[in-house]
Amino acid sequence: MTKRDRMSGNEAVANALRQINPDVMPAFPITPSTEVPQFMASFAANGLVDTEFIPVESEHSSMSAAIGSEAAGARTVTATSSCGLAFMWEELYIAASNRLPLALVLVNRALSGPININCDHSDSMGARDAGWIQLYAETNQEAYDNMIMAYRIAEHDDVRLPIMICQDGFITSHAVMNIETIDDETVKNFVGTYEPDDYLLNKKRPMAVGPYAVSGYYMEAKRQQVEALRNVKRVALEVAEEFEKISGRKYGLFEEYRMDDAEYAIVIIGSAAGTAKDAVDKLREEGVKAGLIKIRFFRPFPAKEIVEALKGVKAVAVMDRSEGFSDNGGPMGAELISALYQAKSDMYAVNYIYGLGGRDVKVESIEEVYTALQEIVATGEVGETYRYLGLRERKDA
Amino acid sequence: MKNMIEIRWHGRGGQGAKTAALLLTDVVFQTGKYVQGFPEYGPERMGAPITAYNRISDKEIRVHSNIYEPDYVVVVDSSLIHVVDVLAGLKKGGAIIVNTEESEEEVRKHLGGYQGRLYTIDAKKISLETLGRYFPNTPMLAATAKITGVMREEEFLSAMEESFRHKFAKKPEVIEGNMAALRMSLEAIQLGEE
Repeated sequence: MTKRDRMSGNEAVANALRQINPDVMPAFPITPSTEVPQFMASFAANGLVDTEFIPVESEHSSMSAAIGSEAAGARTVTATSSCGLAFMWEELYIAASNRLPLALVLVNRALSGPININCDHSDSMGARDAGWIQLYAETNQEAYDNMIMAYRIAEHDDVRLPIMICQDGFITSHAVMNIETIDDETVKNFVGTYEPDDYLLNKKRPMAVGPYAVSGYYMEAKRQQVEALRNVKRVALEVAEEFEKISGRKYGLFEEYRMDDAEYAIVIIGSAAGTAKDAVDKLREEGVKAGLIKIRFFRPFPAKEIVEALKGVKAVAVMDRSEGFSDNGGPMGAELISALYQAKSDMYAVNYIYGLGGRDVKVESIEEVYTALQEIVATGEVGETYRYLGLRERKDA
Repeated sequence: MKNMIEIRWHGRGGQGAKTAALLLTDVVFQTGKYVQGFPEYGPERMGAPITAYNRISDKEIRVHSNIYEPDYVVVVDSSLIHVVDVLAGLKKGGAIIVNTEESEEEVRKHLGGYQGRLYTIDAKKISLETLGRYFPNTPMLAATAKITGVMREEEFLSAMEESFRHKFAKKPEVIEGNMAALRMSLEAIQLGEE
């Protein structure tokens, strides 16, 4: 049973967590994710969840406590943003390499400096190589749905990896919009209970977590993490199919919007995809064959599948909401353009950096990108492949 | 109603412009529409200029940008007129709603001789009379609901009462005063000819 409702993205994820009723939540507040532990703390105080809420003294501690409790056998969640994630760095790798399927609600915010509280993806993109599953959302609805699907993917026998549920700071986390929620009972049945095969509190089968691996074993451990991450693609689609039955909403590894006969495409992550869909519709009315691919999973990165979806496109713009400081484009630009090369694709490709530190993304800004793609195809000149969108520049420079 | 109504709120930190925008989101939601309510966040402090936004539509809202060409501008604190370009991008045929003790003529002067649709309301007077304290956001919310015509007055009042019951669950004594502020504000706004 579903219910028409309205709430912010933070409230939506917190409500999904209330329905999931995880065993443990250690957390330390940081804008703009603070509301998530705040809601959970009050749910716990009011007896709406059985979750053991642990107010720790830092994010280094919240992730450490999350690792400990997940290893003990408890379903665990924490939440953070920006510098909070940066402060978890060491533990992120430990959670992933110990194959602990805990969940991290990440509300994306720029990293310092200059100090900034607004949205970009530099926090999660910086953590992209830590071995976590990364799921992104365009709306409060998707953040809610992703949270409900998260544990089913992370805890799956063929996966057993931690999962980051990302949404755009303020843009979706603090905007109140319509949403369709699913009743508690259906969500509980869908998510199920966590029954790990091995866990620290199991007296019958003692185990070690986080032992030293000599050179003779370390590499194999890493390769196994890759295999597990690779399995996410299949598992995520199976979970999505089941989720469709309880919600009516369909999810893939990414979303294709008006891609069937598209000649000009952008690949984008997060809330800006919604704004970009309005731009696509506007351009379609003008007869421009515009299309869009919205990333849902960035880890694992569905490179081959996206390349397949881009077939027939003449020019693509890969949109990165974080700077990579490689002087060669942003993180998604590097990965997707390399995938196009491996597929021997000859489509024109450019990489845009946009929306850093909450720089607003307008429909017109996205239209500008499609105009640039049309120019590239018309002239056969790609020009600069590493571009900035919406940058203020000195006129006399 | 048009496809989408866009409203921009100007207030000062602590006056409740953000709360008003979110309350409007809440009550309009109850009419079955698609809604969006969000503040523009920065390092806000008490008294600093803040902006909040509303989108209201019969269709799903996908755009996530700020609002640059609003149909309505609501100025919760008239001193902002001298600080912020409150008229920026206001659509032709759109309206501005100002909380002020001054006459319409005076306000037009402050707005650089603005000739478009203008509504003034003395939210301070209404607030002091009904609540005994100065909370401009409740009167401004009522004025905005009436002028934008997003919902019928009775519908608005009953939805607000519901919201207040929820919001002030621990201090129900303030509900009556807030409801009185809404009613008085609805009466104070004369729509006239458009």
